[in-house]
Amino acid sequence: MNSNWEVVIGLEIHTQLATKSKIFSGASTAYGADPNSQACLVDLGYPGVLPVLNGEVVRMAASFGLAVNATVAPRSIFARKNYFYPDLPKGYQISQYELPIVEHGEMMIRDEDGNEKRIGITRAHLEEDAGKSVHEGFGDATGIDLNRAGTPLLEIVSEPDLRSAKQAIAYMRKIHSIVRYLGISDGNMQEGSFRCDANVSVRPREQEELGTRAELKNLNSFRFIEKAINFEINRQIEILEDGGEVIQETRLYDSTKDETRSMRSKEEANDYRYFPDPDLLPVELDEEFIEAVREALPELPDAKLARFVDQYKLKFADAEILTLSRALADYFEAVAGNTDAEPQIAANWVIGELSAALNKEGIEIGDSKIEAAALAGLLDRIADDTISGKIAKEVFEAMWSGEGTADDVIEAKGLKQITDSSAIEGIVDAVIKANPGQAAEYRGGKDKLLGFFVGQVMKETGGKANPGQVNEILKKKLLDNGPG
Amino acid sequence: MGQDTAALHTRSLSELSRGLNEGEFTSKELTEVLLQRIDDHQERLNAFITVTADNALQRADAADKARANGHSGALNGLPVVHKDLFCTQGVLTTCGSNILGNFISPYDATVVERINAAGAVMLGKTNMDEFAMGSSNETSYYGPVTNPWNEKLSPGGSSGGSAAAVAARIVPAATGTDTGGSIRQPAALTGTVGLKPTYGRVSRYGMVAFASSLDQAGVITRSAEDAALLLGVMAGYDHRDSTSVDHPVPDYVAGLSKPVKGLKIGIVRQHFDEGLDAGCEERIKVALATLKDRGAVLIEIDLPNIDLSVPTYYVVAPAECSSNLSRFDGVRFGHRADNPEDLLDMYCRSRGEGFGAEVQRRVMTGTYVLSAGYYDAYYLKAQKVRQLISQDFKKAFKNVDVIAGPTAPTTAFAIGEKTDDPITMYLNDIYTIGANLAGLPGVSVPCGFADGLPVGLQLVGPHFAEETILACAHQYQQLTDWHTQGPEDFS
Repeated sequence: MNSNWEVVIGLEIHTQLATKSKIFSGASTAYGADPNSQACLVDLGYPGVLPVLNGEVVRMAASFGLAVNATVAPRSIFARKNYFYPDLPKGYQISQYELPIVEHGEMMIRDEDGNEKRIGITRAHLEEDAGKSVHEGFGDATGIDLNRAGTPLLEIVSEPDLRSAKQAIAYMRKIHSIVRYLGISDGNMQEGSFRCDANVSVRPREQEELGTRAELKNLNSFRFIEKAINFEINRQIEILEDGGEVIQETRLYDSTKDETRSMRSKEEANDYRYFPDPDLLPVELDEEFIEAVREALPELPDAKLARFVDQYKLKFADAEILTLSRALADYFEAVAGNTDAEPQIAANWVIGELSAALNKEGIEIGDSKIEAAALAGLLDRIADDTISGKIAKEVFEAMWSGEGTADDVIEAKGLKQITDSSAIEGIVDAVIKANPGQAAEYRGGKDKLLGFFVGQVMKETGGKANPGQVNEILKKKLLDNGPG
Repeated sequence: MGQDTAALHTRSLSELSRGLNEGEFTSKELTEVLLQRIDDHQERLNAFITVTADNALQRADAADKARANGHSGALNGLPVVHKDLFCTQGVLTTCGSNILGNFISPYDATVVERINAAGAVMLGKTNMDEFAMGSSNETSYYGPVTNPWNEKLSPGGSSGGSAAAVAARIVPAATGTDTGGSIRQPAALTGTVGLKPTYGRVSRYGMVAFASSLDQAGVITRSAEDAALLLGVMAGYDHRDSTSVDHPVPDYVAGLSKPVKGLKIGIVRQHFDEGLDAGCEERIKVALATLKDRGAVLIEIDLPNIDLSVPTYYVVAPAECSSNLSRFDGVRFGHRADNPEDLLDMYCRSRGEGFGAEVQRRVMTGTYVLSAGYYDAYYLKAQKVRQLISQDFKKAFKNVDVIAGPTAPTTAFAIGEKTDDPITMYLNDIYTIGANLAGLPGVSVPCGFADGLPVGLQLVGPHFAEETILACAHQYQQLTDWHTQGPEDFS
């Protein structure tokens, strides 16, 4: 990136709250139902109907607020955001404007240099989602599906504290992790449960005043966000270096073309005519309620990370990966707590083999084909030298394919490690005898050839010989059997 | 029985209830009589948009059977009509507008549901100013309602059809809604009783919204006793309306016997300043004297900011209406323009064709006062003034039990007289709007005639003091017979 310019990014993250029913009606929020089958009269904005607040969304928003050290407002107000759109049934969206439920939060991320950086969270407010316009399959007309209308959203607005696409992603991943830890959102980006808009601007370094920003819409994967922001940064820098001016506008990211393009300019922007919704009472929360929410908070990612490093002596980077998802962290702890292997070994397996297997099949940790206890059983066999780490990978694959426990697989395939010294010595002798030239070279000082001999022995034993023992015996025999 | 049923239409709800209980006549006979009356006078009054005759006869039959089987709700077999702003399942619900000219509601408003559950028989839906925006019933897409006292005159509005139907002895009771005086003013202009309860007393669910923070459902009857009977059925908390209040519902009928002796009645100095018709003023003063004779204490009070109520209202109400009426976009229900060129054309023409001039005026006014750059100067300021007006009332009610005065500045005015001058029309609600802004209950009671036309006395109470104002109105009606005097053409 051009170092003459400083990038300034703020994110607005829309998180769908994982309630069973909608924010202002009793209709279901389940994803994927037939169009308009989950929209009741309230969601359809029929004449005379009224919204009734789902109390669960308030608890969820409050728990988020407390998790990011924010103020949970003792009094917040729902407001109407007025604009016409066919998939906005009432002609206004119920949102929060002047008095949101959460304000003044913060989040620590790691920047590119690995340093901790504080990102301010301006506010988080509750609102209802709109429906969906369907442009395909209706000829010249547009279809409207209002299943999503009234789905509860928490919009989390950051301060413009982010200085690169990388930081924006780090921040977003952290928020993603927190909402899932709290159990307030499934964070499913494909289904649109977690998406963001990015306000991006650039300014000359040392300049105080912010540059003109563009708002990027429709960012629904971490990869797209990074690409869209980087595209936008370059676009703005190019304009400015050519002596042009960035105009304030909303831009849409097109993932197929990997570019952003103008949606509407500031002049075309709506005047939303916000005003307090007279159909809803102010949300008033007392200390008792807030304390109850605080007490029910789970251990959060940062605290868990610190504990993993402290309690399990894990490498920081590994603890960081493991604690990104609560389910992964729980899995790790279940493995580490059930095996004689070192916790770091357990971490290596969870991050390595297990994650790779999950990724390959595109499944979540909760659907893992190897239960934590079973993986612990495998690690026990490494710890007690029944099998080597290398053989363990073979056993893992068999377990993943449903061939039983580690012990079942070791037994069935005869993978038990050879630790009988006399057996190994016999093989070592044969290998040295078969390769006299190399043996002579080794003795002549070509130490590197030890690896060759180890390889030969392992080949002979089908990898089952204990590698430590093989090394030791080889070294001894190669020197012992020397001529003369 | 033929001779008896001929006069059924003159009886009050309470009297009809007694007649049904004593087996003097059946609900079906009563329903047939009143349906005939609707038919006879529809051309002259235009009080109804929809008549639900078949349904009514079925309901009446069912009510008679229920009674025979010993089941009887508080309103079993009694006739009621609803302002066409209440959603009624399976029945056209137009709000007096072309935009809902084809709207069959898929559900019942809570008010309708409760009245139905009490066994009442709905005869039809009454005409009204479009979306309740008007004080003369002239803004209705379905034509103006005429005043039973004089066909050239307006019955007031917006609940003009309900008021005319009750005044003309077509039905004993009708529901209405009151956002700035839409129950009380037509009640005054037609010589009926109009009750607007405390904001939150009656659920707004299923009542098509005009200005959500001001709208309240109420009743138009001929006696305070009937109003008490109906309110008892309608009132109460509804989980579907977050602004309805969980406050106990007293036995309003039982509370009517409370004497006026010792009742402290506030007289607002500003109400008699200027703009009040001399004939009306005289009737109000005589009525107050009557109450004083029975032991009420008249206390002059000040509502220093009450003069600001009309301008305040005409910022707050249009603001809310501009947003509330956004859902009428031609997308999901109601009128949609033919062959729209594109989305914008569909919106503009559907709404342009669907809404009348007054509704459009208020939507535009409301959009303007909420716009960026004008919000603080208009909407926010109006909300602040609204607070001041509420505080004035609160202060006043520390010293008095009710506030009494005129309901409207004049008697009924001619149809067409004020249509070109919205401001004069708006001033007709000058005495009623304060109660809406402060969320207070108010009732208009007939208190005589000026030049042969009815005059209404308004009684306003503190929050949830419906019992007090109804008792005062009832006691007044025990002393006077204005409410038993109907228009000659409809005897």
